[in-house]
This record gives sequence, C-alpha cells and structure tokens, in this order.
Amino acid sequence: MSEAATTIAGLARALRAREVSSVELVRQTLARIAASQPALNAFITVDPEGALAQAHAADVAIARGDAAPLAGIPIAHKDVLMTAGLRTTCGSRMLEHFVAPYDAHVVARLRKAGTVLVGKTNMDEFAMGSSSETSFFGPVRNPWDAACVPGGSSGGSAAAVAAALLPATTGTDTGGSIRQPAALTGVCGLKPTYGICSRYGLVAFASSLDTPGAFARTAEDCGLLLTAMAGHDARDATSLSRPGEDYVRLLAQPAAARPLAGLRIGLPREYFAAGGVEAEVTTAIEGALRELRALGATTVDVELPMVRHAVPVYYVIAPAEASSNLSRFDGVRYGHRAAAYRDLDDMYCRTRAEAFGAEVKRRVLVGTYVLSHGYYDAYYLKAQKVRRLIARDFAQAFARCDVIAGPTAPTCAFAIGAKTGDPVQMYLNDIFTIAANLTGMPAMSIPCGFTSRRLPIGLQLQGNSFDETRILNVAHRYQQVTDWHLRIPSPPPRARGDGAERSEAGEGTAR
Amino acid sequence: MSWQIVIGIETHAQLSTASKIFSGASTAFGAPPNTHASAVDIALPGVLPVLNRGAVERAIRFGLAVGGTINRRSVFARKNYFYPDLPKGYQISQYEMPVVEGGGIAIATEAGERRVRLTRAHLEEDAGKSLHEGLPAEFGDVSGIDLNRAGTPLLEIVSEPDMRSAAEAVAYAKALHGLVTWIGICDGDMQEGNFRCDANVSVRRPGEALGTRCEIKNLNSFRFLAQAIDYEARRQIAVIEDGGRVVQQTRLFDPERGETRPMRSKEDAQDYRYFPDPDLPPLAIDEAWIERIRRAMPELPDAFRARLVAEHGITDYDAQQLTASRDLVDYYDAVCNALPATDPARHKLVANFLLGEFSAVRNRADMPVRAVPVTPEKLAALLRRIADSTVSGKLAKDVFDAMWIGEGDADAIIERRGLRQISDTSAIEALVDRVLAENAGVVAEFRAGKQKAFNALVGQVMKASKGKANPAEVNAILRDRLTRS
Repeated sequence: MSEAATTIAGLARALRAREVSSVELVRQTLARIAASQPALNAFITVDPEGALAQAHAADVAIARGDAAPLAGIPIAHKDVLMTAGLRTTCGSRMLEHFVAPYDAHVVARLRKAGTVLVGKTNMDEFAMGSSSETSFFGPVRNPWDAACVPGGSSGGSAAAVAAALLPATTGTDTGGSIRQPAALTGVCGLKPTYGICSRYGLVAFASSLDTPGAFARTAEDCGLLLTAMAGHDARDATSLSRPGEDYVRLLAQPAAARPLAGLRIGLPREYFAAGGVEAEVTTAIEGALRELRALGATTVDVELPMVRHAVPVYYVIAPAEASSNLSRFDGVRYGHRAAAYRDLDDMYCRTRAEAFGAEVKRRVLVGTYVLSHGYYDAYYLKAQKVRRLIARDFAQAFARCDVIAGPTAPTCAFAIGAKTGDPVQMYLNDIFTIAANLTGMPAMSIPCGFTSRRLPIGLQLQGNSFDETRILNVAHRYQQVTDWHLRIPSPPPRARGDGAERSEAGEGTAR
Repeated sequence: MSWQIVIGIETHAQLSTASKIFSGASTAFGAPPNTHASAVDIALPGVLPVLNRGAVERAIRFGLAVGGTINRRSVFARKNYFYPDLPKGYQISQYEMPVVEGGGIAIATEAGERRVRLTRAHLEEDAGKSLHEGLPAEFGDVSGIDLNRAGTPLLEIVSEPDMRSAAEAVAYAKALHGLVTWIGICDGDMQEGNFRCDANVSVRRPGEALGTRCEIKNLNSFRFLAQAIDYEARRQIAVIEDGGRVVQQTRLFDPERGETRPMRSKEDAQDYRYFPDPDLPPLAIDEAWIERIRRAMPELPDAFRARLVAEHGITDYDAQQLTASRDLVDYYDAVCNALPATDPARHKLVANFLLGEFSAVRNRADMPVRAVPVTPEKLAALLRRIADSTVSGKLAKDVFDAMWIGEGDADAIIERRGLRQISDTSAIEALVDRVLAENAGVVAEFRAGKQKAFNALVGQVMKASKGKANPAEVNAILRDRLTRS
C-alpha cells in the first residue's frame, strides 16, 4: 500500500478528489479486518452494516461539498469507549452483551468530524494490562510477529493501525496504554494532556489517569484526530475549558533546513541509566536523537529523581481508583449476573468472581487493600504526595528543555505468555510511560527503528501540559526525514495454529 | 447517684434543588419508580458526576445562618460499600474537608436558651430505595430497586454531643428544622424523609468521661426522636446498673413497640475506604459567591426573635417557639396585621393563642401551618372577641375547634352556641349567691383559713354559668361577698 492509502491525510485528499469513495474504503477495511481477525484478533465487534451506511452518507456529503474534515475516514474505537447502539465490552465477560445507549464524548466528536465507525478493538480487560492478553475475547497478536504481544492495554487499536487495516483508531492511556502498544507495533500513539479530551463515556479504570487518545500512522494524522477529539465537555468535571486548537497548523508550515533549530530536548539521566533497557532499544533511541540534532535540536541532560517511584506510585493509585470504579459492576442493573445464588452477598461474589478476569481481580484486591482503614495513609496518601513530587520534577525539567525524549518501553514486543505469570515484570513495561499519566502531561510514541528480529522500537516524546502541538511538530519533522513509521508488516499475517511458532511476517515500506 | 444522658444528632436535610446533586434528573417526589433516574443516577459505565451549584449555594446559606465557617476549598470523597440501591457501589460525600464547619443552633429549654454547637455540615448524595413488597405480581418473589431518590442532594448536619435530654434533642431538631425551612434550603417534609435524624446516645455519671454511644438511625418524627432517646437511655442505664457494659452499636427504632433494636455492632462496622473522588475537582468557593448569598439571606430567626421580644413584648421563650418555623411566623404576622393596631396587647394575645390552642389542635391533626383550615383573618376575628370580652379565653378554644372543623366564623359560632360571656354584674351576683347557699361547707372551710376553698367556689360559679361568666367579675364579686359577711 502507498503511504497515501494508509494515512488519514492521504485518504482525505483522495476522498475529496473523488479518487476513491468512502464505501470503497470501508469495504476494503472490512475485508482486511475479516482476513486479519484469525491471526491478530484485533477486533471484538465489527459493524459492517452500520459502517457502510455511514460511508454512504459520507460519500453523499462529500459529493454535496459540505463534508466534515474527516468525512469518510474509517475508524475503530477501543472497546472501552461507549458507542451508541454498538456493543461495548471493555474486553470483559462482565459486559459481554452490553450495548451502550450513548456515545462517549470523543466518539461523538469523531462522528461529527465525519469518521466512519467500523468496529471496536480488542484490549486488556477494563484496560488493565500491558500486553492485551487479559481480554475475555482472547489475546491480540502483534502484526510483526504473531507469537508476540502487541503491548497494551490498547493492543487491538495499535495492531489494527500497524497492520494497515485502517488509518485511525482511538485508545485510552492510563499508564502507557496507548504509547507502549504504539511502540511495540511500530505506529504513532498520542496521549494528550489530561482534561483536553473528555472522559465522558470512557469506562473508568483510574479516573485521575485515564486519558483518551489516538493511534495513526503519522504524527500529522494524530494531530488531525486530536483536533477532532479535543474540546470541553460539561458532563466531565475534569474536562478543561480551552479555546479550540488546530493541532496540525504548525506541521503544515514549510520545512526549513533546520526545522528544529532552537528546540531543547531533555534527556533524563534516569531513563538512560535505567536497568532492563534492551541494548537494541538504546541504540535505536540514540539514532533518533542524532536525527533530531541534525534537524537543529540540541540535547540537554535533565534530572527526574522522583521518577523512579512512578511505578509503585501508579500501582497504588490506579488500583485504588479502579477498586472503586469497578464496584458498579455488581450484577444488579446491567452486565453479567450469576445464574444462581443464595443471597445478595452470594450474588455479588459469584457475579464478580465469574465475570472478572484474574488481572482485574488482582487490581481490585490491591486497590481495596491500599484504601483500607489503617493503610490509607501509608499507601494512598503517600502515593499522592510522591505523585506531586514527580510533577514538580517535570516542572523543573521543563524549565530547562522543551520536550523530553527517551525510550517508550524498555523492550520490544515480548512473546505471548512470557510475562503473564509475573505481574511485576509486566508492570515494569510501563516504567517510562507512567509519569506522563501521573503528571497529566502529553506524550507520544513514534517508531524509531527495529530490532534485529524485526520488531519495532518506539521513541517517546513528552511535553509540558498543553504542548501537544510542539511534540507533534517534533515528531512530524522527524518523520519527514525517516521512514520507520511507514513500514508495515508484509505480507499480511495469516491465521496460524497456536501462534507459538515465530511469524514469517517480514517488513515492507510504503515508500 | 443520678445519670446524665448525652446526645448528639446527625441530620440529613434534603436540599430543595429541582435537579439532583450530580445529574440533571428531577428530584420530584412520588414519580413512578426509576422514571427520575438518568444514566448518571443508574451509574451506567462511563458516566461522570457534575456538581449542581444550587446544592452548594444552599450549603453556603446554611453555613451563614449558623455562623459556621464556609470552607473556601472542600473535597468530595467516595464512601465505598455494596448495596443494591447504591448504583455506583459508592456514595459521593464529603469526608475530611466538609463545606461547612462549626457554628451553632440556639434552642429554648425550660431553663432558658442554650446553644448547641455544630461540628460540621457536608454535602452528599442520597441512595435509592429497595422495595421489598408491593411489586407487580409478574415480578415474582424479588426485591425491586427504585433509583428516583438516588443522587438527591443532602446536607448532613452533625451536632456536638451537647444535648442532655430527649426534650433538648427535640428542641434542637425543631430549631434546626425551623432554620432550614426558614432559609428555604429544605422543605422539611419529614413524612417524605426530607428531614431525618440519627441520634447518638450515651449515658454517664455527671462529671465522668463520655460513655459508649449507640447510634439510632433514621428517626423521621420529633416524637420518635424523643421516644427512641428515652428508651435507649433507659436501656443503657439498665445495662450498666446490671453490671454490664454498653456495646457500641447502630440501632433501629421500632415505632410500633417503642424500642430500639441492634442493627450492627462496631465489630462488623464496614470499612468505607473513603478517598477523594477523582471525578470531581475540589469545590472552590470564592468570597464573591459567599457575599452574593449573604446579601440575599432573609432575616434569621434569632434576629426576628429579638425583635419580637423588644418590639412586641413577647417572652423570650414564646418568641423562640414562634420562630421555630417560618410559616408560623408568617401566620403570626398575618393575624397581628388583621387586628387593630391601636391594641397594644394584640401581639401577646396572638402569640398566646398560636402557641396554645392553635398548636395543640395543629399537632393533634399533624398538620403543617400552611394547611391549617382557619385563615389568619378569621382567627383575628375570634381574638377580637376575646379582647372585647365577648367570649372567655377558655370558651374561645371551643370556638376555634368549631372553626377548624368548618362550622363557620367566630361570631356565628358564639351566637349559635350561646357562648357569649356573662359580664352583667347582677346576673353573676345571682349565680354567686346561689353557689354560696348550696356550698355552706366549703364556705366554712374558707373562713377557717383554707384558701383553696375560694378557688373551689369560683369553679362552682363558672360551672353554674356553663363557663360563660367573666372570671374576673366572678372573682371580685365572690371575694366581696365572703369578706363582707
């Protein structure tokens, strides 16, 4: 496929030029999804009828000349975002048959922008996980190697864009759930500033950390999606009221010889000295930094001494909030309810024991524990204090630099099952991504290389609050001179027995 | 040695907003089940709470009325527990940082005015209701859940343990009830559960440290409040006097049997795992908002009461009773205004009647002031007949009772029933002479120095006149006759 055929910007131009219709695009998308599903399992629900109807309407609007900016572009939403009339499961047996009566705010905004919703992507159950293995609907597989995980929790959304099934998907990022799978599948994943995109209709995991965001092939596409998604929502008290912003305006400016001249890139000593970072990852990041310097940027060492506490802080706060947020799944009003029970308590116990998976139970238990009388101060309160100290570290660092760069994840994609028995190893995947959730600051992952086993590596760019445009621009300028982001696994992966053997999927480039 | 009862009260006052505290659904009472429950109220996945500023405004009004501190920053917290009528699995409340702290409520006691200190007042949402009976037959043998009430705004008002008797507790509850209705933040309807009290009761020997308390939940009438406290105090005293120890418990009051029963003890008290609700930013209240509300506040009961004492010549105790309710004061004003301004005693007359027969009949009928069938103007017409001695104060009560049940205006009833007071001296003299002749023994007792005998004779004369004789005249004539001969 050509670059134009895999990007929102390219497809939008083609649609407006009437080179292709949305109905054609959607038919192709549906066919690719169907073909990929046995191998990747990236989707939980696909809606061919609804998608074609929307596509038809988009074509009519385009023909009339009054189409919305993203009219006719196929999109899929992470199955944690409510979609009116279309099943929303959160990857859980608990909501296996739950049909939402309303659209999440970001879903509604993307609808209004003209996107065509084709389906809902697979994910870790209730977004709890870093490998998309905890889904009730089975694990998602990495398009670059079906024996490997795509990362998580938004693994289905990442895999779908990586395999070029469609140009855009949404995700949610609570501790790295967009950026880490973006890195592990070789696509762009943007987590905006907390409060820019409404959480209304995002099934809460950890309310103070949950952030809707987007996956796409290019930084420019991420900017287009964010422009459509962002905006104040009176139904979310944490939604920020800010003037509307065009996140690709800066990207459209013509490239100078040194487009990043004056940009100061902060390199946290802690990120580069961290143990457990694979050598190939470090090498790729260093290569990316050389490119960025060649584009005019300078690098400066910064210190984030408290960031080493980010993972433990996160694994107190996130489960604490989750334990409370998931209490509404009690079998009383909707969702799964045990078929037989003795009394009310028994109904609660059986319902939740049957319908929640092991990782969800683990986090509910941890969260319940850290909020318990006598432990609250030592865990939750202490974690909140350290969270503020981490934010202070970043505020100080951003006084000395404009963006912070480093690896998105310490390793490339790992084998399915490799870390499921060791939650702590799994949690350490998020060691570089969690801080941006604790501080609420924006961050994105972009492809910056491959390992010798041809697995993608991601570069994380972090910005100060509301600096989405800046990090998008840095990524965009980098993508003007590199082609890591355009590589797609080729040939498209096919179904295989148990996925235990190494995939033969090679790589190709769209250029 | 005597026992001292120590009482603190927690009150849930439903705030009078049209919509719920975190959703746009209506708070109206009595709708079919689950018709006033939005996606937020039934806690669908993905929904979020948005604070109703009207509820905050009412909390501020309360804080100003009780002289408490309005916290410029307060925090909503989640109180986590599972129950079918609690859709989210947690109640949004305020825990460590309530919207109002401190302040106090003046109460009238027989021993004079006392002030009950308030600990705090905080905003929270109500839960729904479980329906265990009366469900449609096709539902089978199940319990139902009605979430119409879920998310209704409440102000929980917590007092210090400053009350020492059931009477004081009732005085506090009434004063608080009067205040919240006075300032218009709560309609005060206790039958609908819009104002309900939990009483914390303990007993101790005077001077000792506080005893172990029991909390009696959901008392929705002043009578139940008094009965429950009296029972509970007696129960605790009996336990201790029998050599036992009071166990900290939550108890329920059974109005049918007049008893409290254990609901749960401290051992199985739930751990609510309070933590700040991450869906709601801290509530910030600025000076300008408070000032706006302060300027719009009505004259408070205390100020009004002081004016009644100073300008109307009413006793402090009576003024306290009158100002227990805004409606009663409005009624009082209306009656006074319907009486001739030239009568300097009219205020006292109105106050006495309102706190006497009027309140007695109203309490018997359990009827709010607004629903009283006798208009202020008609009551004024009756009081005018007391003032001009057409009818005695005693018989005026009968007239009022008749007016209450719709027998007509005061004058018509007085005429029809022949209740006009006898002030004609010769008629009374005749009655007195007859009584003296018929009660020679009592007269002898009086002459032997027994003062009580005089009252007995007055009573006989009144009886002979069927209550219509002017008592002052009777007194004077009787005394004259007995001392002359």
